[in-house]
Amino acid sequence: MTVAQPQPEGLSPECETGNYHTFCPISCVAWLYQKIEDSFFLVTGTKTCGYFLQNAMGVMIFAEPRYAMAELEEGDISAKLNDYDELKRLCLQIKRDRNPSVIVWIGTCTTEIIKTDLEGLAPKLESELGIPIVVARANGLDYAFTQGEDTVLAAMAARCPDKAPVAETEKNERNAIQKLMNFGRQKEDVAQEESEYANHPPLVLFGSLPDPVVTNLTLELKKQGIKVSGWLPAKRYTELPVLEEGYYVAGVNPFLSRTATTLMRRRKCKLIGAPFPIGPDGTRAWIEKICSVFNIEPQGLDEREAQIWASMEDYLQIVRGKSVFFMGDNLLEVSLARFLIRCGMTCPEIGIPYMDKRYQDAELKLLEKTCHEMGVPLPRIVEKPDNYNQIQRIYDLKPDLVITGMAHANPLEARGINTKWSVEFTFAQMHGFTNARDILELVTRPLRRNNSLKDLGWDKLVKEDAKV
Amino acid sequence: MKLAYWMYAGPAHIGTLRIASSFKNVHAIMHAPLGDDYFNVMRSMLERERDYTPVTASVVDRNVLARGSQEKVVDNIVRKDREEHPDLILLTPTCTSSILQEDLHNFVERAQLDSKGDVMLADVNHYRFNELQAADRTLQQVVHFYIEKAKKKGDIPSGKTEKPSVNIIGISTLGFHHHHDCTELKRLMVDLGIEINEVIPEGASVNNLKNLPRAWFNLVPYRELGLMAAKYLEEEFGTPCVDITPMGVVETARCIRKIQQVINAQGADVDYSEYIDNQTLYVSQAAWFSRSIDCQNLTGKKAVVFGDNTHAAAMTKILAREMGIHVVCAGTYCKYDGDWFKEQVSEYCDEVLISEDNGQIADMIARIEPSAIFGTQMERHVGKRLDIPCGVIASPIHIQNFPIGYKPFLGYEGTNQITDLIYNSFTLGMEDHLLEIFGGHDTKEVITKGISAGSDLNWTREAQIELNKVPGFVRGKVKRNTEKFARERGLNEISLEVMYAAKESVGA
Repeated sequence: MTVAQPQPEGLSPECETGNYHTFCPISCVAWLYQKIEDSFFLVTGTKTCGYFLQNAMGVMIFAEPRYAMAELEEGDISAKLNDYDELKRLCLQIKRDRNPSVIVWIGTCTTEIIKTDLEGLAPKLESELGIPIVVARANGLDYAFTQGEDTVLAAMAARCPDKAPVAETEKNERNAIQKLMNFGRQKEDVAQEESEYANHPPLVLFGSLPDPVVTNLTLELKKQGIKVSGWLPAKRYTELPVLEEGYYVAGVNPFLSRTATTLMRRRKCKLIGAPFPIGPDGTRAWIEKICSVFNIEPQGLDEREAQIWASMEDYLQIVRGKSVFFMGDNLLEVSLARFLIRCGMTCPEIGIPYMDKRYQDAELKLLEKTCHEMGVPLPRIVEKPDNYNQIQRIYDLKPDLVITGMAHANPLEARGINTKWSVEFTFAQMHGFTNARDILELVTRPLRRNNSLKDLGWDKLVKEDAKV
Repeated sequence: MKLAYWMYAGPAHIGTLRIASSFKNVHAIMHAPLGDDYFNVMRSMLERERDYTPVTASVVDRNVLARGSQEKVVDNIVRKDREEHPDLILLTPTCTSSILQEDLHNFVERAQLDSKGDVMLADVNHYRFNELQAADRTLQQVVHFYIEKAKKKGDIPSGKTEKPSVNIIGISTLGFHHHHDCTELKRLMVDLGIEINEVIPEGASVNNLKNLPRAWFNLVPYRELGLMAAKYLEEEFGTPCVDITPMGVVETARCIRKIQQVINAQGADVDYSEYIDNQTLYVSQAAWFSRSIDCQNLTGKKAVVFGDNTHAAAMTKILAREMGIHVVCAGTYCKYDGDWFKEQVSEYCDEVLISEDNGQIADMIARIEPSAIFGTQMERHVGKRLDIPCGVIASPIHIQNFPIGYKPFLGYEGTNQITDLIYNSFTLGMEDHLLEIFGGHDTKEVITKGISAGSDLNWTREAQIELNKVPGFVRGKVKRNTEKFARERGLNEISLEVMYAAKESVGA
């Protein structure tokens, strides 16, 4: 990609000050420890990190989570205490109490600044302890929110086995998805079923999704004769997929650019650059792109997509013609905006923490195409937005819906502006055809709620500020 | 390094931000990496704030690490000064800036040159203080700053107010029921004929801080927040400080008597005894409740109390002194002020626990098996696991602890609220009694949830049937105690005889 040309018609992200609200990337611990069932996440940081996790995770914290803080004290900062000994002591305790299959160390701002050599310490301690230690530097100096998962998966990518084990069949037995799909069938049937797949090079998908969504997308590809050889991450650390040179990989989320880079450069995999399977349009484009790489003629996608759109008609009636403003905090913004524009909305601004134009290339092209087809102006994409400026623009534009973080949601509602809390999109099941309706359920909720309140005259609930 | 799953008090900057965002028209700028502005989310969610939280970050990123903040912090301060015209911008260090050791003082001085409002640096070391200590210090610092400023300008109003008046110090955003307490305290002062001079920091303007010396005395309702500011005002202007938390009937009376003494010493002539009697006997329902037969059923029931100094100490005294409940253990997470706590509660409980380790507290609760817990949200969840009811009396708290309805903990209405909380937390007395007599609501096959799980001991059929007759809510306890008894004696089968022997020996 060359230097961005000034194209009045094209999408060219602009960049603001980076004064915006988002979650710290260590929050990825919250969903990853649940996804990877035999893991333990140790966040090496300060009280600030702990306080954030404790409050952001809400009730999850009381469920004996498989995560903990290694809380740094003054002696650690001034190097009066030895990092290695301290980490060893804590990891031994974790091994004794929980016996995990992997300990993931999450580096934070503090370990960056005091330059704790986590990557250097891990291999030594790993051999002493006999438990793999994966290091991910998911800190607020470098990353925003969901990018935390990206750093963890990029580190995990290095741990995927590079040769298929000899006892291939046995491995398959343990694989949860396989097991589910083969449920109650004889070995011969399974073998026969193998032939239902087209002959294509192995495909591994990356991105952490709830298990039902994993099953759903896997089956969706199976309908096209495409076999998913594995997922990064799997349900267990011990089930990480095999990655041999020349395997194909495809991302399911827009914030996984480091993982994609690692898979291409370090594991010599081939990346299928596709739009992300968010919304029926995205899911279809995602499948089509994978099919085209494998020279497979996709079957029945037209009807499938049309059927999903038809089933969402009640929600579509609510959103059609409305405008949506993304303040930007989780990197899902481009995909969501593309889907909502296809739903008939307009979108004046997409705020986004970080824009990897190469990894998101196909998604950006689909956004552009969608805008042309729907006859709406291209959104302005603002990287590293400035929340203060954005709020001024929101006051000017008066969008029908603002998708934003919780810091701004209540104040905007009090000023008569509909909001949807952006973090919910991170935790909702919204990938694939089946879950498209759930996205609209979220998007329309404030509109439906405020519709039922609209005759009460309770729109503006703050006294008018004097404009200086 | 310390392995930690949960913390009771937040990091220092949270305390500073609580003070800053309590004042009107004060803006805090955090010198912090992306994501550290989580305070805004908490305030917006928990307090259901309609206004934007006046806190922004001057983001520390890779460039700042490489080159230092340089103009960035100064620019951010000056920009905020232009955009929002705050009276004061409080530059707030975080754990990150503590180790960067940039000269934030210098930034403040430079920014002051270009700002219309005042600019100051919160002087709080992340690694030495927690949220509560930092809040206390920051409030003192802001008060000191504006008193000094007014002194320089010769702007301090001289003399006291004509009628007795008070500053209420320590009401803050995200404090446990602070807003309701504030309203209740104001009402109490009206009843006592005392004028409110200033309430700080909540809703106060920094420009009014120079009026603080006009009050006859300062009332500091919470042990954790406001004492430093009150001490400073005492040293500087000789303003006496009343620091008795008016929580519970006896303590409220003690607080009022102290107020009487303090203002009479300055020439007022008041006698509040009749007011106290009237409130205690007829207005507040708490004293009557203590006498009623409902409360009689609570006599000697075991309770555990844990929280911050203010609430845990007051609650312990209420339970033990006013209701005859047996407080087995009272605890606080305010380690830095543990001696005070010990001194306050020692005579009202069997043991005192001073700890920040939630695991230790959970173990204590499991060991004691009280009938009710009074603690924070963490203890509430421990209670859920062990099937013990819990009344929440202190931070850390969730959104349900920011009720919209009027629920003070202080003053006479506070005593009523606390009575409800306590009474509703214990299994209702008569219901408890009846259940024990008739063997539970369900007289057919009782569902034995959790009975067989995790037990290495054999229960004979008869013993199992007998156990099933025990009311559900104490069955777990009976089972655990019986098994403990059996284990101690090396028995591996539990028969009816063993059960009865256990009951006789430990009262299972």
